Amino acid sequence: MWRVGTVIALRDETAAVRTITLEVSNWSGHVAGQHVDVRLTASDGYSAVRSYSIASAPNPRGLIELTIERLPDGEVSPYLTQELVVGDLLELRGPIGGWFVWRTEQTEQIQLIAGGSGVVPLMSMIRSRALAESTARFRLLYSVHEPDAVFYKDELQALSDSDGFVTVDYVYTRAAPKGSIRPPGRIDAALIANTTWPANLLPTFYVCGSTSFVESVAGLLIASSNRPGNIRTERFGPTGERQ
Amino acid sequence: MAIVSRGFSGKRHAADKKLPPGQYLTTDFPVLSAGPTPKASLENWQFTIDDGAKVLKKWDWKSFRSLPSETFTVDLHCVTRWSKLDTTWEGVSLDALLSEVKIDASYVFVHSYGDYTTNLPLNDLLNNKAWIAFRFDGKDLEPEHGGPARLLVPHLYLWKSAKWVRRITLTHEDKPGFWEGFGYHNYGDPWREQRYWGE
Repeated sequence: MWRVGTVIALRDETAAVRTITLEVSNWSGHVAGQHVDVRLTASDGYSAVRSYSIASAPNPRGLIELTIERLPDGEVSPYLTQELVVGDLLELRGPIGGWFVWRTEQTEQIQLIAGGSGVVPLMSMIRSRALAESTARFRLLYSVHEPDAVFYKDELQALSDSDGFVTVDYVYTRAAPKGSIRPPGRIDAALIANTTWPANLLPTFYVCGSTSFVESVAGLLIASSNRPGNIRTERFGPTGERQ
Repeated sequence: MAIVSRGFSGKRHAADKKLPPGQYLTTDFPVLSAGPTPKASLENWQFTIDDGAKVLKKWDWKSFRSLPSETFTVDLHCVTRWSKLDTTWEGVSLDALLSEVKIDASYVFVHSYGDYTTNLPLNDLLNNKAWIAFRFDGKDLEPEHGGPARLLVPHLYLWKSAKWVRRITLTHEDKPGFWEGFGYHNYGDPWREQRYWGE
């Protein structure tokens, strides 16, 4: 069933990334990590549907936030990030997905590992934890090309400073900030050992990014004696826009 | 009725031109069946062609698999609106199977293990348009996709390609099969969007 959401706010996260806040009539609520299908329809009836992860925490107001990365050759993301204005209506279906989710009753240590825009469903989990009565401790290892490509930077800083339930480590693959000790590079075994929960704590892992990112990280986690059954993954398509 | 997205025209990719109206492209292989997946063992598997009164020809798995097979690449179109392009199968053509019987018929009625049925004009099974397929994408056909063997008639909506095929009856009279009896189109040409009766 397609629902109608009204755009009530737009916010730029980076030069190529925009967060859309939607008010959805009769929204049934969601669980952190789920996604929605968004449908755009042209005046001649042609339509295109894409899936986007929900970035916001579940809330009683029926608001959801989608953070969309603009892909140069994309069909839907350029429209959502450049054309859409406050007051527009969007059709969406969902929430969808029941495996790649964090539920507030989970008490184990949570290790989030994001590649680029893969941080979006993980941010929903962090925001959900921040609002919940929970003792679960989170760590986020966030791989980005360069400092300017980080989503939610100030909010992540504020959450880790004030509440302390989450610690955030960044890994820069192309350009590191000035003064950075670690040169640019991908996530490797040493970084897994130094920045993620040790295997003996039996953390649950949520790994989200491109297929190659997820394959690489999941391989490193298993090599570090983590149980495959504790590693949940979500793969974005090769272009980053989910098909 | 969809809400028109102001200022959206879309990018119609070259691949879309290959899609019948109202279809969207998928790279998955969704599973849709009317009932539970039948468990057919290869020891007991049989495929027969009859004329409604008597068996004209019967194969067990060994004799069926000794027939010359073909590898072919086709597009699939499901009435639930997904299309999957360039799927590669191996199977025995209906031309080869029907060449072993004397044909006096205009229609066929197809029976499956699990009691699924469907109906087609005989001509839609001839001239290299239909196969009994037993391998998909280089692997033995999974039960959920119709293994050990299914009919494949890719120029019609996929419900005509009966999974777990067991018997083909040659008839003079057309009669509706399972979905055809529930309001789906009697012929099911995706390019003419014949989804339901009356279309």
